[in-house]
Amino acid sequence: MNSITFIIISVFTLAGALAAATLPNLMHAAFCLVLALLGLASFFFLLGAEFVGLALVFIYIGAVAVLIVFTILLTRRDSKEHYAINWSGVLIALAVFAGLTWAVLKTQSLSVVPPQIRTLTVKQIGQTLMTGYVWPLQCVGLLLTAALIGALVLVMEERR
Amino acid sequence: MSSALDQIFVHGKRWLLSWVAGAPDWVIQITSSLINIVALLAVFLTLFALISVLERKILARMQNRYGPNRVGPFGLFQPVADGIKMLIKEDIVPARADKVVHFLAPVVLAAVAILTLGVIPYGRNMTAFAINGGILFFFAVGSATELAVFMAGWASNNKFSMLGAMRAIAQMFSYELPLIIAVLPVVMAVGSLVPDTIITAQGEYTLGVVPRWFVFTPWGAAAFILFFVSGLVESNRTPFDVPEGESEIVAGHMTEYSGFKYATFFLAEYLGMFAVSGLAVTLFLGGWHPPARILEFVPSYIWFFAKLSVLLFVYIWLRGTLPRMRVDQMMNVAWKFMLPMAFTCVIAAAVWHYAGRGMRGWLWSLFVIVVVYSALSILLDTRRKFAPRVYRFAE
Amino acid sequence: MTPTLQAFVIVSVVLFSIGLLAALSRRHAIFILIGIEMMLAAANLNFIAFWRFAPPPHPPTGVMIAIFSIAISAAEAAVGLAMVIAVYRHYRTTNVDQYDQLKG
Repeated sequence: MNSITFIIISVFTLAGALAAATLPNLMHAAFCLVLALLGLASFFFLLGAEFVGLALVFIYIGAVAVLIVFTILLTRRDSKEHYAINWSGVLIALAVFAGLTWAVLKTQSLSVVPPQIRTLTVKQIGQTLMTGYVWPLQCVGLLLTAALIGALVLVMEERR
Repeated sequence: MSSALDQIFVHGKRWLLSWVAGAPDWVIQITSSLINIVALLAVFLTLFALISVLERKILARMQNRYGPNRVGPFGLFQPVADGIKMLIKEDIVPARADKVVHFLAPVVLAAVAILTLGVIPYGRNMTAFAINGGILFFFAVGSATELAVFMAGWASNNKFSMLGAMRAIAQMFSYELPLIIAVLPVVMAVGSLVPDTIITAQGEYTLGVVPRWFVFTPWGAAAFILFFVSGLVESNRTPFDVPEGESEIVAGHMTEYSGFKYATFFLAEYLGMFAVSGLAVTLFLGGWHPPARILEFVPSYIWFFAKLSVLLFVYIWLRGTLPRMRVDQMMNVAWKFMLPMAFTCVIAAAVWHYAGRGMRGWLWSLFVIVVVYSALSILLDTRRKFAPRVYRFAE
Repeated sequence: MTPTLQAFVIVSVVLFSIGLLAALSRRHAIFILIGIEMMLAAANLNFIAFWRFAPPPHPPTGVMIAIFSIAISAAEAAVGLAMVIAVYRHYRTTNVDQYDQLKG
């Protein structure tokens, strides 16, 4: 793990996230969110969790980002108005950031270097999912089915 | 001797790397990656140029005429002429288009298509980037294609482009499900996501003559057909080229692009075609293995590109033969037929595995697939929904 | 110099607070959803970072939680966006300050 790689990826990710949060144009913000998520996937690769990184690209960028972009398209009025920023929200976010950073910097036990680990293969993830985590797996399946049906029901046109 | 010919590119790369042997570790890694990338780009851009002219000639011969035959011997230098034409065209961007996104859309599309080419094994020990979740990487990166198409459609600020982009995305993500689920039986049967391992698992020969490719099992044949058709749709080829339907929505999401950016869209489409065909060869047709054990003296990459060429010829043949499908027919096929068939392939592969992988398993999985296919054909029969045709004037 | 766990957690905190900024200060419904997705992604980064830096009996718990979290956030994004579309049909605006009546 290289320090330079870490700095480059973190700058990329945080710049993308900041752009996604503050750009006035909604489409540009959605595309910057995609950039931030790509940076996050690179973080996961850096940390050795390749399967999660690929799953992130697949699910977030391939599906959630497309969904966000479609919804922007479907709920757009042609006047392109930009709504005002709520400054109290900015203050709360800054306060949370300050508090959490202070807590993290104060904790001494976090200044550790990465230990040597065996790489986690997809086979091991699959085995763990099917043995130790089989109940959460089934629950997530049910949850996804419920979300699918729920989203469809919400968007269906009402029959008069 | 044949082994030396087989590994000629591997040895060539090792010789090139020996020039930077003394440098620090990261320099060697970057040089190695650069050599892989340059080789990949060289091969596939040449193949793109060749296929673009061969497609026109093959389509022409199917339509009983010559294709381009003026530029160079048999017209094979036509891509050079096309490239020069595309490069010197004026690059028109609409005044109210979103300039950054308009520029980035073809770039992202082409980049994604080239990235997917990196995980396919082209020969023995000849994978550009062997990562631990190769197949997942292919699909994860390939699913970013939809976003690039949407960027193209939206940035043009044009209603036709937007309609074309929405149609293209609807088509692409409906067929992405059969595409990915058709790969699941192969991954299940092999137990690994690494393309090299999948090819090694298809390396045996029954009686030394019949190769144990997955396409020769019933679930493999059904999954191969589903994967192939879904690949056709993902690269927007006829009969599924509704997004670029020229008679309907001008050029869909590519309407406002001119010159080299238009060429980049076609580059991305063809590279996507190569990537999906390459993956089909890897997963179902045994990769770089020869069809019979006695033919092993021919280098492995020759076999890979021969199988790839056969699949590309079938793509071009389908383009020359079939008319365009209607959008609702296409969606019906995807959701009502191909998705259940894809799930059936997964079940049939499990049945094949648990009934022993021999003749018994073969017959049982064939039974499962035939039962579900017949049930679907009966349930989805639309012949009874139309009234009999009445001719008023032609009796 | 390799990055310590502190560095990763700080990046996760910054990403989380940027997501919180987007969710609390913007008035467009979809921006709020973008902020929520960013917060979930930051939490995932936190989990994976702690998994990586764990001492020798090395359970894959962090990776498992991250996988489930990604699946759940995808489901929640789908339902949230469907709600935005449904509410837009009724109010014809996506400014959350104007969603101020309980009865349609």
